Amino acid sequence: MTFEAVSYESIPHALISGIAISLLCSVVGLFLVLRKFSLFGDALAHSAFGGVAFGLFIGIYPLWIACAVAILSALGLTKIRQKFDISGDAIVAILLSTGLGAGVILVSLTEDFEFHDIEEFLFGSAIVDTQNVVAILAMAGIILTILFFTYKKILYSTFSEEQAKASGIPVEKMSYLLIAMAGVTVVISMQLVGVLLISALFVLPNVSAMLYARSFKQTVILSMSFAVFATVSGIIMSYQFEIAQAGCIVLVAAAIFIGSLVAKGSGLVKTAGILAK
Amino acid sequence: MFINNSGVDFTMIVDIQKLSVDYSGIKALDDISFGIAEGDFLGIIGPNGAGKSTLFHCMLGLRTQYDGTIKFFGQDIRDSRKYLSQVGFVPQKPVVDRNFPATIREVLSMSQNSSDSKKVDEALQKVWMHELADRRIGDLSVGQQQRVFIAKALVNSPKILVLDEPVTGIDQYNQDLFFQILGELNTKEKISIIWASHDLDAVERLASKVACLNKTLFFHGISEEFFSDDEMLKKYSETSMQMHMHHH
Repeated sequence: MTFEAVSYESIPHALISGIAISLLCSVVGLFLVLRKFSLFGDALAHSAFGGVAFGLFIGIYPLWIACAVAILSALGLTKIRQKFDISGDAIVAILLSTGLGAGVILVSLTEDFEFHDIEEFLFGSAIVDTQNVVAILAMAGIILTILFFTYKKILYSTFSEEQAKASGIPVEKMSYLLIAMAGVTVVISMQLVGVLLISALFVLPNVSAMLYARSFKQTVILSMSFAVFATVSGIIMSYQFEIAQAGCIVLVAAAIFIGSLVAKGSGLVKTAGILAK
Repeated sequence: MFINNSGVDFTMIVDIQKLSVDYSGIKALDDISFGIAEGDFLGIIGPNGAGKSTLFHCMLGLRTQYDGTIKFFGQDIRDSRKYLSQVGFVPQKPVVDRNFPATIREVLSMSQNSSDSKKVDEALQKVWMHELADRRIGDLSVGQQQRVFIAKALVNSPKILVLDEPVTGIDQYNQDLFFQILGELNTKEKISIIWASHDLDAVERLASKVACLNKTLFFHGISEEFFSDDEMLKKYSETSMQMHMHHH
């Protein structure tokens, strides 16, 4: 049923996949937040929804189609953005609405369609089978490894595109790589929090971490910690109170952010942060 | 290796021949030719819109559509981008998001070959910023940030520094400090410098050579020759005035 709570049997799978996804979302999301592209994860998720609907329509496992659609549409629009000098927020809006629009039409055309087929992609699912857990761990491992070897170049391109180019860094290739990694991250995360809530995992832990951290390293560690804490406690709350896990995860992440704001506003946190004047 | 008029060997770092750039039919640079030898401190002067930034963009590979040739260390930059590892670039004004979560040390380590923390410390010492190494980059003043960008340019031990009007909007104290650092890098570290500036006094004080640019190159030579030539200075101020009027 919709808004399913975590069952006792599904807790280990939910925790393992949840921790892997939260680590991945916090790191990939940090680069998007720093590029002022916070809603890009949301846009990718909505275009992935179009892919899910297409997969259901043609009868192929929807997540792989979603992955291909999300990455290809994001890369294509990024290329168009560079060529025609369209602003980033406009690209996000185009990606988001087109993906959703295409998805809705394909869903309406699918014969014998039942809402249950897409609800887990829209709102996340409490049940992750072993095969999916392995796939999530493998994809998370691959992306985190790529990021470990390329983060300096991606960070420099994020910090100053002009200076990074002038020092010989292939800035455009790094942007495409980041978009591709964000696309895969979105698709595998859809299973945990769903299309509609995915940007919360990309944005909230990072914005909270930036309120405390003084360095990039601290920001990454804090953001990962917040994301894992939100995911684990969200899953436990879902089991304990029999409420939807995606909502629990997002609300815990939001509570961390609000708590951080209060700590910052009351002067408990002295470090310069995102709200500093 | 080249032999100059006094018979002394010197190495050519940059050799630009017949460089022209066209923006939708409007010439931004027209048939520019000049070179930069090892140890040169070249001040590029010219009014706004004279083509200084366009020249630098071509030299740094940020603009690839141009006519003519640009060679670094004897090699055409169209053939390879490896030369960039020996070129340090300090931009016109730092555009630093004050919330960007990176320390000065981390900013210096972002360069490709800068995992060596000793090099980072040495570079920060050269610009007197080592005591602030663990401060967040956004917490610094614009003048301090520009010193950090010089340090960043120094991390990979460059042969040449390219500076595009680096002291615009910086207070006098930090400007003086900045010029002192540039002078030391040129004389003590033997780093060649190409520096675009509006400040004729500073160029006269620091630069060994001057290139006067206004889409075409109407002077390139020894700094003293330019500043002692009243006709040349008059021509420069007339051109600057014309460009100023044109902009308004």
